[in-house]
Amino acid sequence: MIELSGVTKAFGANQVLRGVDLSLPKGQSMVIIGGSGTGKSVLLKCVLGLVSPDAGVIAVDGQDVTRGDRDALLARFGMLFQGGALFDSMRVWENVAFRLRQGPQALPRAEARSVAVEKLRRVGLKPSVADLFPAELSGGMQKRVGLARAIAAEPEIIFFDEPTTGLDPIMAGVINELIREIVEEMGVTAMTITHDMTSVRAIADRVAMLHDGLIRWTGPVGEMDAAPDPYLQQFIHGRADGPIESVR
Amino acid sequence: MSVIAGFLAAIGRPVLAMLAAFGRVTLFALAVLSHVVRPPFYFREFGTAIMQIGWYSLPVVGMTALFTGGALALQIYAGGSRFNAESVVPSIVAIGMARELGPVLGGLMVAARVASSIAAEIGTMKVTEQVDALVTLSTNPLKYLVAPRILAAVLVVPVLVGVGDSIGIMGGWLVGITRLGFNSSVYIKNTVDFLEFWDVGSGLVKGAVFGFIVALMGCYFGLNSGRGAQGVGEATKGAVVAASVLILAANYLLTGVFFSA
Repeated sequence: MIELSGVTKAFGANQVLRGVDLSLPKGQSMVIIGGSGTGKSVLLKCVLGLVSPDAGVIAVDGQDVTRGDRDALLARFGMLFQGGALFDSMRVWENVAFRLRQGPQALPRAEARSVAVEKLRRVGLKPSVADLFPAELSGGMQKRVGLARAIAAEPEIIFFDEPTTGLDPIMAGVINELIREIVEEMGVTAMTITHDMTSVRAIADRVAMLHDGLIRWTGPVGEMDAAPDPYLQQFIHGRADGPIESVR
Repeated sequence: MSVIAGFLAAIGRPVLAMLAAFGRVTLFALAVLSHVVRPPFYFREFGTAIMQIGWYSLPVVGMTALFTGGALALQIYAGGSRFNAESVVPSIVAIGMARELGPVLGGLMVAARVASSIAAEIGTMKVTEQVDALVTLSTNPLKYLVAPRILAAVLVVPVLVGVGDSIGIMGGWLVGITRLGFNSSVYIKNTVDFLEFWDVGSGLVKGAVFGFIVALMGCYFGLNSGRGAQGVGEATKGAVVAASVLILAANYLLTGVFFSA
Protein backbone atom coordinates (compact mmCIF):
# COMPACT_ATOMS: atom_id res chain seq x y z
CA MET A 1 0.00 0.00 0.00
CA ILE A 2 1.22 3.49 -0.87
CA GLU A 3 0.16 6.27 1.50
CA LEU A 4 0.81 9.97 1.17
CA SER A 5 -0.01 12.27 4.04
CA GLY A 6 0.25 16.06 3.99
CA VAL A 7 2.86 16.10 1.21
CA THR A 8 3.94 19.59 0.21
CA LYS A 9 6.49 20.74 -2.35
CA ALA A 10 7.44 24.18 -3.62
CA PHE A 11 9.92 25.26 -6.26
CA GLY A 12 10.90 28.76 -5.19
CA ALA A 13 7.70 30.78 -4.92
CA ASN A 14 5.72 28.18 -6.86
CA GLN A 15 3.84 25.99 -4.37
CA VAL A 16 3.16 22.87 -6.44
CA LEU A 17 1.85 20.45 -3.80
CA ARG A 18 -0.08 21.94 -0.86
CA GLY A 19 -0.73 18.95 1.35
CA VAL A 20 -1.56 15.87 -0.68
CA ASP A 21 -3.29 13.00 1.13
CA LEU A 22 -3.70 9.86 -0.92
CA SER A 23 -3.92 6.14 -0.33
CA LEU A 24 -3.41 3.42 -2.93
CA PRO A 25 -4.28 -0.13 -1.81
CA LYS A 26 -2.01 -2.97 -2.85
CA GLY A 27 -2.81 -4.56 -6.22
CA GLN A 28 -4.96 -1.66 -7.41
CA SER A 29 -4.45 0.61 -10.37
CA MET A 30 -4.84 4.28 -9.59
CA VAL A 31 -4.84 7.01 -12.20
CA ILE A 32 -4.09 10.56 -11.14
CA ILE A 33 -5.66 13.15 -13.41
CA GLY A 34 -5.29 16.89 -13.51
CA GLY A 35 -4.36 19.71 -15.83
CA SER A 36 -0.86 20.40 -17.08
CA GLY A 37 1.38 21.87 -14.42
CA THR A 38 -0.75 20.76 -11.48
CA GLY A 39 2.08 18.70 -9.97
CA LYS A 40 1.20 15.16 -11.08
CA SER A 41 4.74 14.33 -12.18
CA VAL A 42 6.18 15.98 -9.06
CA LEU A 43 3.92 13.80 -6.92
CA LEU A 44 5.16 10.66 -8.67
CA LYS A 45 8.78 11.77 -8.35
CA CYS A 46 8.28 12.44 -4.64
CA VAL A 47 7.19 8.82 -4.11
CA LEU A 48 10.25 7.60 -6.02
CA GLY A 49 12.60 9.90 -4.12
CA LEU A 50 13.60 11.78 -7.29
CA VAL A 51 12.22 14.93 -5.68
CA SER A 52 12.32 15.51 -1.91
CA PRO A 53 9.02 16.73 -0.44
CA ASP A 54 9.21 19.79 1.79
CA ALA A 55 6.84 18.25 4.33
CA GLY A 56 4.57 15.26 4.82
CA VAL A 57 5.07 11.52 4.88
CA ILE A 58 5.19 9.06 1.99
CA ALA A 59 5.08 5.42 3.05
CA VAL A 60 5.18 2.20 1.06
CA ASP A 61 3.83 -0.73 3.08
CA GLY A 62 4.26 1.39 6.18
CA GLN A 63 7.91 2.26 5.51
CA ASP A 64 8.83 5.93 5.09
CA VAL A 65 10.41 6.21 1.63
CA THR A 66 12.81 8.92 2.76
CA ARG A 67 14.42 6.55 5.29
CA GLY A 68 15.98 3.12 5.11
CA ASP A 69 17.61 1.32 2.21
CA ARG A 70 16.69 3.33 -0.88
CA ASP A 71 18.07 0.79 -3.35
CA ALA A 72 15.98 -1.96 -1.79
CA LEU A 73 12.92 0.27 -2.00
CA LEU A 74 13.56 1.25 -5.63
CA ALA A 75 14.07 -2.40 -6.53
CA ARG A 76 10.36 -2.84 -5.86
CA PHE A 77 9.44 -0.17 -8.43
CA GLY A 78 9.23 -0.05 -12.20
CA MET A 79 8.68 3.19 -14.06
CA LEU A 80 7.57 4.09 -17.56
CA PHE A 81 8.68 7.65 -18.30
CA GLN A 82 6.73 10.06 -20.46
CA GLY A 83 9.33 10.18 -23.22
CA GLY A 84 10.52 6.64 -22.66
CA ALA A 85 13.84 7.83 -21.17
CA LEU A 86 15.65 5.03 -22.96
CA PHE A 87 19.44 5.18 -22.83
CA ASP A 88 20.54 6.37 -26.29
CA SER A 89 23.94 4.72 -26.14
CA MET A 90 22.57 1.24 -25.44
CA ARG A 91 20.80 -1.27 -27.61
CA VAL A 92 17.14 -1.99 -26.91
CA TRP A 93 17.82 -5.25 -25.09
CA GLU A 94 20.48 -3.59 -22.93
CA ASN A 95 17.93 -0.95 -21.95
CA VAL A 96 15.35 -3.59 -21.04
CA ALA A 97 17.87 -5.71 -19.14
CA PHE A 98 19.59 -2.77 -17.43
CA ARG A 99 18.41 -3.55 -13.91
CA LEU A 100 18.99 -7.27 -14.39
CA ARG A 101 22.68 -6.54 -15.06
CA GLN A 102 23.17 -4.48 -11.88
CA GLY A 103 23.96 -5.46 -8.32
CA PRO A 104 25.21 -8.62 -6.64
CA GLN A 105 22.52 -10.79 -8.28
CA ALA A 106 23.34 -9.52 -11.78
CA LEU A 107 22.41 -12.00 -14.49
CA PRO A 108 25.01 -13.14 -17.03
CA ARG A 109 24.81 -11.27 -20.33
CA ALA A 110 23.21 -14.09 -22.34
CA GLU A 111 20.58 -14.78 -19.69
CA ALA A 112 19.75 -11.08 -19.30
CA ARG A 113 19.36 -10.80 -23.07
CA SER A 114 17.04 -13.77 -23.11
CA VAL A 115 14.83 -12.20 -20.39
CA ALA A 116 14.87 -8.89 -22.30
CA VAL A 117 13.75 -10.56 -25.53
CA GLU A 118 10.96 -12.33 -23.62
CA LYS A 119 9.78 -9.01 -22.12
CA LEU A 120 9.94 -7.36 -25.54
CA ARG A 121 7.77 -10.16 -26.88
CA ARG A 122 5.35 -9.55 -23.98
CA VAL A 123 4.86 -5.95 -25.12
CA GLY A 124 4.41 -7.00 -28.74
CA LEU A 125 7.88 -6.39 -30.14
CA LYS A 126 9.80 -8.88 -32.27
CA PRO A 127 13.18 -10.24 -31.14
CA SER A 128 14.83 -8.43 -34.06
CA VAL A 129 14.11 -5.13 -32.28
CA ALA A 130 16.43 -6.17 -29.43
CA ASP A 131 19.59 -5.20 -31.28
CA LEU A 132 18.40 -1.81 -32.51
CA PHE A 133 19.20 1.48 -30.81
CA PRO A 134 16.33 3.58 -29.34
CA ALA A 135 16.80 6.28 -32.00
CA GLU A 136 15.86 3.71 -34.66
CA LEU A 137 12.41 3.13 -33.12
CA SER A 138 9.10 4.94 -33.56
CA GLY A 139 7.48 6.73 -30.59
CA GLY A 140 5.08 3.85 -29.99
CA MET A 141 7.88 1.29 -30.08
CA GLN A 142 9.91 3.37 -27.64
CA LYS A 143 6.96 3.38 -25.24
CA ARG A 144 6.73 -0.40 -25.52
CA VAL A 145 10.45 -0.76 -24.85
CA GLY A 146 10.05 1.55 -21.85
CA LEU A 147 7.20 -0.67 -20.67
CA ALA A 148 9.33 -3.78 -21.17
CA ARG A 149 12.10 -2.16 -19.10
CA ALA A 150 9.61 -1.24 -16.37
CA ILE A 151 8.43 -4.86 -16.01
CA ALA A 152 11.78 -6.58 -16.65
CA ALA A 153 12.67 -7.11 -13.01
CA GLU A 154 9.10 -8.14 -12.04
CA PRO A 155 8.44 -5.13 -9.77
CA GLU A 156 5.64 -4.98 -7.20
CA ILE A 157 4.75 -1.38 -8.05
CA ILE A 158 4.76 0.28 -11.47
CA PHE A 159 4.42 3.99 -12.23
CA PHE A 160 3.31 5.20 -15.64
CA ASP A 161 3.99 8.85 -16.47
CA GLU A 162 1.74 10.04 -19.31
CA PRO A 163 1.94 6.66 -21.09
CA THR A 164 0.00 7.71 -24.22
CA THR A 165 1.30 11.25 -24.75
CA GLY A 166 2.46 11.83 -28.31
CA LEU A 167 0.91 8.62 -29.68
CA ASP A 168 -1.82 8.26 -32.28
CA PRO A 169 -5.20 7.04 -30.92
CA ILE A 170 -4.71 3.47 -32.11
CA MET A 171 -1.23 3.15 -30.62
CA ALA A 172 -2.50 4.85 -27.45
CA GLY A 173 -5.23 2.20 -27.26
CA VAL A 174 -2.64 -0.56 -27.69
CA ILE A 175 -0.48 0.86 -24.88
CA ASN A 176 -3.53 1.24 -22.61
CA GLU A 177 -4.49 -2.39 -23.22
CA LEU A 178 -0.94 -3.55 -22.59
CA ILE A 179 -0.77 -1.65 -19.31
CA ARG A 180 -4.10 -3.07 -18.15
CA GLU A 181 -3.09 -6.62 -19.12
CA ILE A 182 0.30 -6.37 -17.45
CA VAL A 183 -1.10 -4.86 -14.26
CA GLU A 184 -3.69 -7.65 -13.96
CA GLU A 185 -1.33 -10.42 -15.04
CA MET A 186 1.47 -9.42 -12.64
CA GLY A 187 -0.87 -8.33 -9.84
CA VAL A 188 1.11 -5.16 -9.33
CA THR A 189 0.12 -1.91 -7.68
CA ALA A 190 0.04 0.72 -10.41
CA MET A 191 -0.02 4.49 -10.36
CA THR A 192 -0.54 6.32 -13.64
CA ILE A 193 -0.62 10.02 -14.31
CA THR A 194 -2.38 11.25 -17.39
CA HIS A 195 -4.87 13.76 -18.73
CA ASP A 196 -6.08 11.36 -21.40
CA MET A 197 -9.56 10.29 -20.30
CA THR A 198 -9.53 7.26 -22.62
CA SER A 199 -6.50 6.01 -20.71
CA VAL A 200 -8.24 6.68 -17.41
CA ARG A 201 -11.20 4.51 -18.31
CA ALA A 202 -8.97 1.77 -19.74
CA ILE A 203 -6.41 1.58 -16.95
CA ALA A 204 -7.93 2.74 -13.67
CA ASP A 205 -9.51 0.93 -10.76
CA ARG A 206 -9.47 4.18 -8.83
CA VAL A 207 -9.09 7.79 -9.92
CA ALA A 208 -7.72 10.78 -8.03
CA MET A 209 -7.91 14.32 -9.33
CA LEU A 210 -5.11 16.71 -8.44
CA HIS A 211 -5.90 20.38 -8.68
CA ASP A 212 -4.17 23.39 -7.20
CA GLY A 213 -1.77 21.18 -5.23
CA LEU A 214 -4.51 19.17 -3.51
CA ILE A 215 -6.49 16.01 -4.21
CA ARG A 216 -9.91 17.36 -5.24
CA TRP A 217 -11.63 14.02 -5.61
CA THR A 218 -10.77 10.36 -5.33
CA GLY A 219 -12.87 7.25 -5.83
CA PRO A 220 -13.54 4.20 -8.00
CA VAL A 221 -13.48 4.85 -11.74
CA GLY A 222 -17.09 3.69 -11.98
CA GLU A 223 -18.22 6.53 -9.72
CA MET A 224 -16.28 9.22 -11.57
CA ASP A 225 -18.97 10.22 -14.07
CA ALA A 226 -21.64 10.59 -11.39
CA ALA A 227 -19.44 12.46 -8.89
CA PRO A 228 -20.84 15.91 -8.04
CA ASP A 229 -17.44 17.71 -7.91
CA PRO A 230 -17.61 20.55 -10.49
CA TYR A 231 -13.82 20.56 -11.00
CA LEU A 232 -13.83 16.85 -11.81
CA GLN A 233 -16.80 17.17 -14.13
CA GLN A 234 -15.24 20.07 -16.01
CA PHE A 235 -12.00 18.15 -16.42
CA ILE A 236 -13.40 14.78 -17.50
CA HIS A 237 -15.73 16.41 -20.03
CA GLY A 238 -13.09 18.83 -21.26
CA ARG A 239 -15.27 21.90 -20.83
CA ALA A 240 -13.74 25.35 -21.23
CA ASP A 241 -16.28 26.83 -18.79
CA GLY A 242 -16.21 25.95 -15.13
CA PRO A 243 -14.31 26.51 -11.91
CA ILE A 244 -10.95 25.56 -13.45
CA GLU A 245 -9.51 28.66 -15.07
CA SER A 246 -8.56 28.13 -18.69
CA VAL A 247 -6.39 30.32 -20.84
CA ARG A 248 -8.00 31.28 -24.13
CA MET B 1 23.54 56.04 2.57
CA SER B 2 21.16 54.06 0.36
CA VAL B 3 23.52 54.64 -2.60
CA ILE B 4 26.42 53.15 -0.64
CA ALA B 5 24.27 50.24 0.52
CA GLY B 6 23.14 49.64 -3.05
CA PHE B 7 26.73 49.73 -4.26
CA LEU B 8 27.84 47.27 -1.59
CA ALA B 9 24.90 45.01 -2.36
CA ALA B 10 25.79 45.10 -6.05
CA ILE B 11 29.28 43.88 -5.17
CA GLY B 12 28.12 41.45 -2.50
CA ARG B 13 25.53 39.60 -4.54
CA PRO B 14 27.89 38.20 -7.20
CA VAL B 15 30.53 37.45 -4.56
CA LEU B 16 28.02 35.47 -2.51
CA ALA B 17 26.77 33.73 -5.64
CA MET B 18 30.34 32.81 -6.57
CA LEU B 19 31.08 31.48 -3.10
CA ALA B 20 27.85 29.45 -3.14
CA ALA B 21 28.77 28.00 -6.55
CA PHE B 22 32.25 27.17 -5.28
CA GLY B 23 30.69 25.41 -2.30
CA ARG B 24 28.33 23.41 -4.51
CA VAL B 25 31.14 22.32 -6.83
CA THR B 26 33.32 21.36 -3.84
CA LEU B 27 30.56 19.22 -2.32
CA PHE B 28 29.93 17.67 -5.74
CA ALA B 29 33.63 16.88 -6.13
CA LEU B 30 33.81 15.30 -2.67
CA ALA B 31 30.73 13.18 -3.37
CA VAL B 32 32.21 12.04 -6.68
CA LEU B 33 35.57 11.17 -5.11
CA SER B 34 33.80 9.03 -2.53
CA HIS B 35 32.12 7.12 -5.38
CA VAL B 36 35.37 6.69 -7.31
CA VAL B 37 36.83 4.54 -4.53
CA ARG B 38 33.67 2.58 -3.57
CA PRO B 39 32.14 -0.33 -5.50
CA PRO B 40 30.31 -1.07 -7.69
CA PHE B 41 32.70 -0.07 -10.48
CA TYR B 42 31.40 0.32 -14.01
CA PHE B 43 34.29 -0.94 -16.12
CA ARG B 44 32.45 -0.63 -19.42
CA GLU B 45 31.65 3.03 -18.77
CA PHE B 46 35.26 3.55 -17.70
CA GLY B 47 36.57 1.97 -20.94
CA THR B 48 34.23 4.11 -23.04
CA ALA B 49 35.39 7.23 -21.18
CA ILE B 50 39.05 6.31 -21.75
CA MET B 51 38.39 6.12 -25.49
CA GLN B 52 36.31 9.30 -25.66
CA ILE B 53 38.56 11.45 -23.51
CA GLY B 54 41.94 10.00 -24.44
CA TRP B 55 42.04 8.31 -27.81
CA TYR B 56 39.68 10.65 -29.66
CA SER B 57 41.46 13.73 -28.26
CA LEU B 58 44.83 12.63 -29.58
CA PRO B 59 44.53 14.28 -33.03
CA VAL B 60 43.56 17.72 -31.69
CA VAL B 61 46.15 17.63 -28.89
CA GLY B 62 48.83 16.38 -31.28
CA MET B 63 48.16 19.03 -33.92
CA THR B 64 48.07 21.78 -31.28
CA ALA B 65 51.40 20.61 -29.84
CA LEU B 66 53.05 20.25 -33.24
CA PHE B 67 52.28 23.80 -34.37
CA THR B 68 52.98 25.27 -30.93
CA GLY B 69 56.40 23.60 -30.78
CA GLY B 70 57.23 24.94 -34.24
CA ALA B 71 56.06 28.48 -33.43
CA LEU B 72 57.93 28.37 -30.13
CA ALA B 73 61.17 27.48 -31.91
CA LEU B 74 60.72 30.41 -34.30
CA GLN B 75 59.97 32.83 -31.45
CA ILE B 76 62.87 31.72 -29.27
CA TYR B 77 65.24 31.85 -32.21
CA ALA B 78 64.10 35.38 -33.09
CA GLY B 79 64.26 36.55 -29.48
CA GLY B 80 67.50 34.69 -28.71
CA SER B 81 69.24 36.23 -31.71
CA ARG B 82 69.08 39.63 -29.95
CA PHE B 83 71.46 38.23 -27.32
CA ASN B 84 73.39 35.86 -29.57
CA ALA B 85 71.65 33.02 -27.75
CA GLU B 86 70.12 31.13 -30.69
CA SER B 87 71.59 27.90 -29.37
CA VAL B 88 69.11 27.79 -26.48
CA VAL B 89 66.23 27.01 -28.86
CA PRO B 90 66.22 23.20 -28.27
CA SER B 91 66.37 23.41 -24.47
CA ILE B 92 63.83 26.24 -24.15
CA VAL B 93 61.42 24.54 -26.54
CA ALA B 94 61.70 21.32 -24.54
CA ILE B 95 61.34 22.99 -21.14
CA GLY B 96 58.55 25.29 -22.34
CA MET B 97 56.58 22.45 -23.87
CA ALA B 98 57.05 20.05 -20.95
CA ARG B 99 56.42 22.51 -18.12
CA GLU B 100 53.82 24.88 -19.53
CA LEU B 101 52.57 24.71 -23.09
CA GLY B 102 52.09 20.95 -23.29
CA PRO B 103 49.87 20.65 -20.21
CA VAL B 104 48.09 24.03 -20.53
CA LEU B 105 47.30 23.90 -24.24
CA GLY B 106 46.57 20.18 -24.02
CA GLY B 107 44.27 20.84 -21.07
CA LEU B 108 42.50 23.67 -22.87
CA MET B 109 42.00 21.61 -26.02
CA VAL B 110 40.63 18.71 -23.95
CA ALA B 111 38.39 21.20 -22.11
CA ALA B 112 37.01 22.42 -25.43
CA ARG B 113 36.46 18.92 -26.80
CA VAL B 114 35.64 16.83 -23.75
CA ALA B 115 34.02 19.15 -21.17
CA SER B 116 31.58 20.29 -23.86
CA SER B 117 30.71 16.77 -24.99
CA ILE B 118 30.32 15.45 -21.43
CA ALA B 119 28.10 18.40 -20.45
CA ALA B 120 26.00 18.05 -23.61
CA GLU B 121 25.63 14.29 -23.23
CA ILE B 122 24.75 14.31 -19.53
CA GLY B 123 22.65 17.46 -19.94
CA THR B 124 20.61 15.76 -22.66
CA MET B 125 20.24 12.70 -20.44
CA LYS B 126 18.99 14.99 -17.68
CA VAL B 127 16.37 16.78 -19.77
CA THR B 128 15.13 13.54 -21.35
CA GLU B 129 14.76 11.97 -17.86
CA GLN B 130 17.44 9.35 -18.54
CA VAL B 131 19.19 10.42 -15.32
CA ASP B 132 15.92 9.94 -13.40
CA ALA B 133 15.54 6.57 -15.12
CA LEU B 134 18.97 5.54 -13.82
CA VAL B 135 17.87 6.34 -10.27
CA THR B 136 14.67 4.33 -10.63
CA LEU B 137 16.81 1.44 -11.89
CA SER B 138 18.73 1.53 -8.59
CA THR B 139 21.80 3.09 -10.19
CA ASN B 140 23.49 6.14 -8.72
CA PRO B 141 24.18 8.67 -11.52
CA LEU B 142 27.31 9.92 -9.71
CA LYS B 143 28.70 6.42 -9.65
CA TYR B 144 27.57 5.42 -13.15
CA LEU B 145 27.96 8.63 -15.15
CA VAL B 146 30.45 10.77 -13.26
CA ALA B 147 33.00 8.57 -11.44
CA PRO B 148 34.15 6.64 -14.56
CA ARG B 149 34.63 9.88 -16.51
CA ILE B 150 36.56 11.55 -13.69
CA LEU B 151 38.84 8.56 -13.20
CA ALA B 152 39.41 8.18 -16.94
CA ALA B 153 40.25 11.87 -17.36
CA VAL B 154 42.70 11.88 -14.44
CA LEU B 155 44.49 8.89 -15.95
CA VAL B 156 44.50 9.72 -19.66
CA VAL B 157 45.04 13.48 -19.77
CA PRO B 158 48.63 13.07 -18.40
CA VAL B 159 49.21 10.54 -21.20
CA LEU B 160 47.86 13.06 -23.70
CA VAL B 161 50.14 15.71 -22.20
CA GLY B 162 53.14 13.36 -22.50
CA VAL B 163 52.32 12.63 -26.12
CA GLY B 164 51.73 16.34 -26.74
CA ASP B 165 55.11 17.20 -25.18
CA SER B 166 56.86 14.76 -27.49
CA ILE B 167 55.05 16.02 -30.58
CA GLY B 168 55.64 19.66 -29.58
CA ILE B 169 59.37 19.05 -29.12
CA MET B 170 59.35 17.27 -32.46
CA GLY B 171 57.66 20.31 -34.01
CA GLY B 172 60.46 22.51 -32.65
CA TRP B 173 63.06 20.05 -33.97
CA LEU B 174 61.45 20.03 -37.43
CA VAL B 175 61.49 23.83 -37.63
CA GLY B 176 64.97 23.91 -36.12
CA ILE B 177 66.55 21.64 -38.71
CA THR B 178 64.54 22.79 -41.74
CA ARG B 179 64.34 26.57 -41.21
CA LEU B 180 66.78 27.60 -38.51
CA GLY B 181 69.87 25.72 -39.64
CA PHE B 182 70.30 23.43 -36.63
CA ASN B 183 72.11 20.13 -36.93
CA SER B 184 69.65 17.36 -36.10
CA SER B 185 71.86 15.42 -33.67
CA VAL B 186 73.01 18.60 -31.90
CA TYR B 187 69.39 19.71 -31.52
CA ILE B 188 68.38 16.38 -30.01
CA LYS B 189 71.45 16.30 -27.73
CA ASN B 190 70.68 19.81 -26.42
CA THR B 191 67.07 18.81 -25.81
CA VAL B 192 67.97 15.66 -23.89
CA ASP B 193 70.83 17.19 -21.92
CA PHE B 194 68.86 20.13 -20.55
CA LEU B 195 65.51 18.44 -19.92
CA GLU B 196 65.18 17.20 -16.34
CA PHE B 197 62.81 14.58 -14.99
CA TRP B 198 60.74 17.10 -13.02
CA ASP B 199 60.26 19.27 -16.12
CA VAL B 200 58.23 16.41 -17.59
CA GLY B 201 56.88 15.11 -14.28
CA SER B 202 55.42 18.46 -13.25
CA GLY B 203 53.64 18.70 -16.60
CA LEU B 204 52.13 15.25 -16.16
CA VAL B 205 50.90 16.13 -12.65
CA LYS B 206 49.35 19.26 -14.11
CA GLY B 207 47.73 17.08 -16.76
CA ALA B 208 46.11 14.91 -14.09
CA VAL B 209 44.75 17.98 -12.28
CA PHE B 210 43.50 19.50 -15.55
CA GLY B 211 41.85 16.19 -16.47
CA PHE B 212 40.03 16.20 -13.13
CA ILE B 213 38.88 19.77 -13.71
CA VAL B 214 37.66 19.07 -17.26
CA ALA B 215 35.63 15.99 -16.35
CA LEU B 216 34.31 17.53 -13.13
CA MET B 217 33.07 20.66 -14.90
CA GLY B 218 31.54 18.66 -17.75
CA CYS B 219 29.67 16.40 -15.34
CA TYR B 220 28.67 19.17 -12.91
CA PHE B 221 27.21 21.43 -15.58
CA GLY B 222 25.59 18.48 -17.36
CA LEU B 223 23.83 17.22 -14.23
CA ASN B 224 22.70 20.76 -13.40
CA SER B 225 21.53 21.52 -16.92
CA GLY B 226 18.37 23.57 -17.35
CA ARG B 227 15.40 22.44 -19.39
CA GLY B 228 15.35 22.06 -23.14
CA ALA B 229 17.91 22.76 -25.84
CA GLN B 230 18.72 26.16 -24.37
CA GLY B 231 19.46 24.61 -20.97
CA VAL B 232 21.81 22.06 -22.50
CA GLY B 233 23.49 24.78 -24.57
CA GLU B 234 24.04 26.91 -21.47
CA ALA B 235 25.42 23.91 -19.58
CA THR B 236 27.84 23.16 -22.41
CA LYS B 237 29.05 26.73 -22.60
CA GLY B 238 29.36 26.96 -18.82
CA ALA B 239 31.38 23.74 -18.65
CA VAL B 240 33.92 24.90 -21.24
CA VAL B 241 34.29 28.39 -19.77
CA ALA B 242 34.60 27.14 -16.18
CA ALA B 243 37.02 24.36 -17.12
CA SER B 244 39.22 26.74 -19.13
CA VAL B 245 39.39 29.40 -16.42
CA LEU B 246 40.01 26.83 -13.69
CA ILE B 247 42.78 25.20 -15.76
CA LEU B 248 44.57 28.53 -16.12
CA ALA B 249 44.11 29.34 -12.43
CA ALA B 250 45.25 25.87 -11.36
CA ASN B 251 48.23 26.14 -13.68
CA TYR B 252 49.35 29.34 -11.96
CA LEU B 253 48.96 27.79 -8.51
CA LEU B 254 50.73 24.56 -9.46
CA THR B 255 53.58 26.42 -11.16
CA GLY B 256 53.98 28.47 -7.99
CA VAL B 257 54.05 25.32 -5.88
CA PHE B 258 56.42 23.38 -8.16
CA PHE B 259 58.88 26.04 -9.22
CA SER B 260 58.88 28.97 -6.78
CA ALA B 261 62.34 29.16 -5.24
